[in-house]
Amino acid sequence: MDFWNYLEYAAWVLIVLFGGHMLIDLARVDSTYDNDLLTSSREGEIERTQELHKL
Amino acid sequence: MTVTSVPSGAPIPGTAGQGQRLQLLRVLGPGHVWALGVGIVLVGEYMGWNFSVGKGGMIAGLVACWLAGLLYTCVAMIDSEVTSTVAAAGGQYAQAKHIVGPLMAFNVGLFLVMAYTMLEAANAITIGFLLDTVAGLQGHEGLNQQPFIILTVMFLAWLNYRGVLATLTFNLVITAIAFLAIIILFVAVQLGASAVPLEFSAVTTDPLPYGWLGIIAALHFGLWYYLGIEGTCQAAEEVRSPARSLPYGTMAGIMTLLIAATLTWYVCSGLIPWEYLGQAGTPLFDAARVTGSTPLMVLLFVGTIFSTLASANGCINDASRAWFSMGRDRYLPIWFGAVHPKYRTPYRSIVFLVPIALIFALGAPLDQVVTFSILSGLLGYTFMTFNMVMFRRKWPLGTIKRGYVHPFHPLPAILLLAICSATYFAVLLGYGSQLISMMCFYILASLWFHFWRYRFVRRGDQFTMPWPRPIGY
Repeated sequence: MDFWNYLEYAAWVLIVLFGGHMLIDLARVDSTYDNDLLTSSREGEIERTQELHKL
Repeated sequence: MTVTSVPSGAPIPGTAGQGQRLQLLRVLGPGHVWALGVGIVLVGEYMGWNFSVGKGGMIAGLVACWLAGLLYTCVAMIDSEVTSTVAAAGGQYAQAKHIVGPLMAFNVGLFLVMAYTMLEAANAITIGFLLDTVAGLQGHEGLNQQPFIILTVMFLAWLNYRGVLATLTFNLVITAIAFLAIIILFVAVQLGASAVPLEFSAVTTDPLPYGWLGIIAALHFGLWYYLGIEGTCQAAEEVRSPARSLPYGTMAGIMTLLIAATLTWYVCSGLIPWEYLGQAGTPLFDAARVTGSTPLMVLLFVGTIFSTLASANGCINDASRAWFSMGRDRYLPIWFGAVHPKYRTPYRSIVFLVPIALIFALGAPLDQVVTFSILSGLLGYTFMTFNMVMFRRKWPLGTIKRGYVHPFHPLPAILLLAICSATYFAVLLGYGSQLISMMCFYILASLWFHFWRYRFVRRGDQFTMPWPRPIGY
């Protein structure tokens, strides 16, 4: 066992932490919020309020 | 019902029934746009471009560098004009949807996702290879690269998941360091810090070892210097002022890359014999090794790692925005069109693309992955040419507000199409079977979209921008 072996193990641990955090948060958000709200984004919202295409 | 955008900050405890709407967060400035574009590309200066020298010699490498530079200057100008008007996530996908039509938009969306996901996979493979090289130099043979490849993808996906501001600020810092490393290497070599002097005798003694065909063959790898600068468009829905930030960040980005590419060719060609340079895995790092200066070696190694990370990071950002936009318009299941209520990122798309990138990073050879990425990008550039012409025809100058108007139209579009055609020929010479199989893939995907998926698209909902009616409609 040398430094690089420890680094490999550390990498696996970090993978579990980052991946686990994303999956748990995704499941938590999906179960907490209404799907209609989560998918309510619309293209061009800013233009409606700030950048109307008028010359 | 009055529909309002939810302000940034705390999580929203409400539901759609209260009239709230989740949008991506508008927090980015021109610096972030620059970091996104240059960050994706700069890895091409650190590796890959030098195969153009192997294909045709030093002069061919330089001609490929500048011809590709011309191609991408056209790309940057065209993109700046259209994106400053179509300021929506998805970039060229949104442009195609508004200007050409749904089938083109679906294909462009796929080009984008495939190009960026493949490039992300290639970057992760490269990180594993670099760490294996360092471990080998320290006496540790046979490093297991898998955990480092997976960690690269996972960490950057996590960063993207948590918010776009932190993601692109991170990119800004590491991209700036990687760019400065090239400048420092150039200045140091000019000031005599190298143990080996610059040597350009091959330019006169062996200018074109494979003749003019070598220049055509070199063009394929010349794209590496700039491949991905068009990714700035994907930030359109997250910049504070799209009309100003997108053209500014994109044009500053292409200028940065033209400088970096020329300096890279100059230093590497001067320090490394072209026969070796044409096969080198990490040419800038190898050039630093030739100088014999330990600080330069360390700096260029850090630059190599940072440029690779920045590229993968930008690719995750861009691929997820394109996938998200297609989901939002129901070109893909609407499930992908979700925005995180706290971080305001397309979180489902980010998570979904992680295993896709890992499959390619762990299961496909690097050259195949890279070729697939380049070809998808090339198809996207070809689309830009007639997209630009159609945009000016449907909405001539004076009929719609533009953040930037590119000069000499239609010359840049024609030039772009000509260079794209030459590059297709170059690709056909070296990777003909990949080109044909990839075309088959996109044809099959188009058939699936046309005969099955399009029935789920709510046709009126996909055009939400308050644009004037196009000329002739």
